[in-house]
Amino acid sequence: MPPKTMFDKIWDAHVVHQEPGAPSLIYIDLHLVHEVTSPQAFEGLRLAGRKVRRPDLTVATVDHNTPTWDLSRPVVDPISKRQLDALAANLKDTGIAFYDRHSPNQGIVHVIGPDLGYTQPGMTVVCGDSHTSTHGALGCFALGIGTSEVEHVLATQTLRQFKPKTMEVRVEGPLSTGVEAKDLILGIIGQIGVNGGAGHVIEYTGEAVRSLSMDGRMTVCNMSIEGGARAGMIAPDDTTFDYVRGRPFAPKSDDFDAAVERWRKLPSDDGAAFDKRVVIDASTLEPFVTWGTNPGMVAKVTGRVPDPASFQQSAEREAAERALDYMALEPDTPIQNIPIDRVFIGACTNSRIEDLRAAAAVIRGKQVNASVYAMVVPGSARVKAEAEEEGLDRIFADAGFDWRVAGCSMCLGMNPDVLQPGERCASTSNRNFENRQGKGGRTHLVSPPMAAAAAIAGHFVDIREWKES
Amino acid sequence: MQPFTKLTGVAAPLDRVNVDTDQIIPAVHLKRIERTGYGQFLFGPLRFDADGEPNSDFILNHPSIQDPKFLVTGRNFGCGSSREHAPWALEDYGFRCIIAPSFADIFYNNCFQNGLLPIVLPEAEATAIMDKLKNNLGATLSVDLESQRLWTDDEELSFSFDVDPFRKHCLLNGLDDIGLTLLHEDRIAAYESRMGMSA
Ligand code: SF4
Repeated sequence: MPPKTMFDKIWDAHVVHQEPGAPSLIYIDLHLVHEVTSPQAFEGLRLAGRKVRRPDLTVATVDHNTPTWDLSRPVVDPISKRQLDALAANLKDTGIAFYDRHSPNQGIVHVIGPDLGYTQPGMTVVCGDSHTSTHGALGCFALGIGTSEVEHVLATQTLRQFKPKTMEVRVEGPLSTGVEAKDLILGIIGQIGVNGGAGHVIEYTGEAVRSLSMDGRMTVCNMSIEGGARAGMIAPDDTTFDYVRGRPFAPKSDDFDAAVERWRKLPSDDGAAFDKRVVIDASTLEPFVTWGTNPGMVAKVTGRVPDPASFQQSAEREAAERALDYMALEPDTPIQNIPIDRVFIGACTNSRIEDLRAAAAVIRGKQVNASVYAMVVPGSARVKAEAEEEGLDRIFADAGFDWRVAGCSMCLGMNPDVLQPGERCASTSNRNFENRQGKGGRTHLVSPPMAAAAAIAGHFVDIREWKES
Repeated sequence: MQPFTKLTGVAAPLDRVNVDTDQIIPAVHLKRIERTGYGQFLFGPLRFDADGEPNSDFILNHPSIQDPKFLVTGRNFGCGSSREHAPWALEDYGFRCIIAPSFADIFYNNCFQNGLLPIVLPEAEATAIMDKLKNNLGATLSVDLESQRLWTDDEELSFSFDVDPFRKHCLLNGLDDIGLTLLHEDRIAAYESRMGMSA
């Protein structure tokens, strides 16, 4: 047999039906559901008299539209409340596992899937959310879908998909100290562009990727969509198996060992052909900060805001001009001279336990700058509990950070956590689009340590020169 | 889903690249549980100023752009979130056909699910249409999905375009994907039993 990529192996194992000229019918092993992209799907099922085919392969939670204030305080926005209630009503009597606002398993869908052991290597995973790519870090084909497709998966447990192309992004050599998984993916997007992965599933390979922890790998795969890719994935290895072992919904004892046997066969075969290949030298990567309004607009922390005149193509030049105008930045400003008003540590990109540990290490014994309001939002109730057990909440609170309840929070400007017009935020989320974090808000994407250091300093700083106290 | 066969109508030129779904419809409007009524929020941050007044610079507020059916825009349109509220908002506003040099994958798929036709044209052709529309605000375009042709009202520009035959068939007939898939229910059940994962 010719050598196969990991993507091809997973794809081939999930084809239910294939007709020439039509999209393949792919079986879905895990479907994650949240309140925002599901109400119209459930309504569609009801109107057509259809039911959920596999409630046992479906898991639901609330994350996007929930306030992150204390759980004793109710949801006050009536429209949000209606949407949250609609999910509970839609799930009633379906047998679908549901982690509501008060459940100890609640959290951002892409944090709880892997954390609870639902997400496992070799699976097909979908969710009505583009950052479903996160789950690919465990060696899955995981992709975001629209609400019509959510309805399709609920009704049939399958998805119609044309087979995407494959792309290898190989990051050679080790990451230098202070360069995080977030910097790795920002560097990749800066290089391939926000459209660079279109139509492709990216497999990240190479030493810098292999040496990442699972939390770091999830950060990388999370932002595959920001590079335009359909999905991102990383071959499972002992790091992956150690991570999955013992999680609540992972296979147990003998079943686990048998599963690992199967999972070891997933990585791409030697000599497998990718449709596209990009090689990146890890030594060129530094801590990055986005300066514009798409995630491809990145600069090294030691660099400057670019001059739009330096762009060759007119569309790029105009986009840069518009971005600088929106961001209220002058060309050639050193990145480290940009003052910030807010810091957001959270979102499915960077709200797992290691992210919180890394940020806490930076700020321990220091104080948030008087001009900054900083918040930390754990990705799930379990991450929050784990962090509190380690005392991270105290470190953040003592430094002046607001310690919140799990949810998407200020990632998307939908729930009460939003930027005010003109506010500038150092954010560990994944999108710096105009108005993303609130109307008129200005977002700079960074890693958790960079965000934490910026909160203390009041402006961006090179984390490699940071002195921990 | 309403079928899509032929269409003639005013085309709005939105000369921007990488228009993301947060620009098409900001998350704050995703709290509703209905499928309709999103047109009023379409391009909200671009269409309205800080006081909620129409922004006169924005193309959809131009007096010549009445009841547009086509949107002509720059590359990577619809990037960002998977929210189907984006095509819902475009459709609710009255758009049926979006023309760009490229689209983000999820958005592209979502269009077909909602009776919207996304047309990918080579950059040069898309630019030619864009330029023409910008110089003749209120001009109309026509498209015939069956013959896969697109032309300007004076027929000065006329292009053919590619569309996947399966998607075309579904759009022409207004077919619902779920109904089609359920015709294969026996195959789904067979797959489940083969994989030892019957419910
Ligand atoms: S944290 Fe942000 S990117 Fe992640 S699922 Fe929530 S809204 Fe989407």
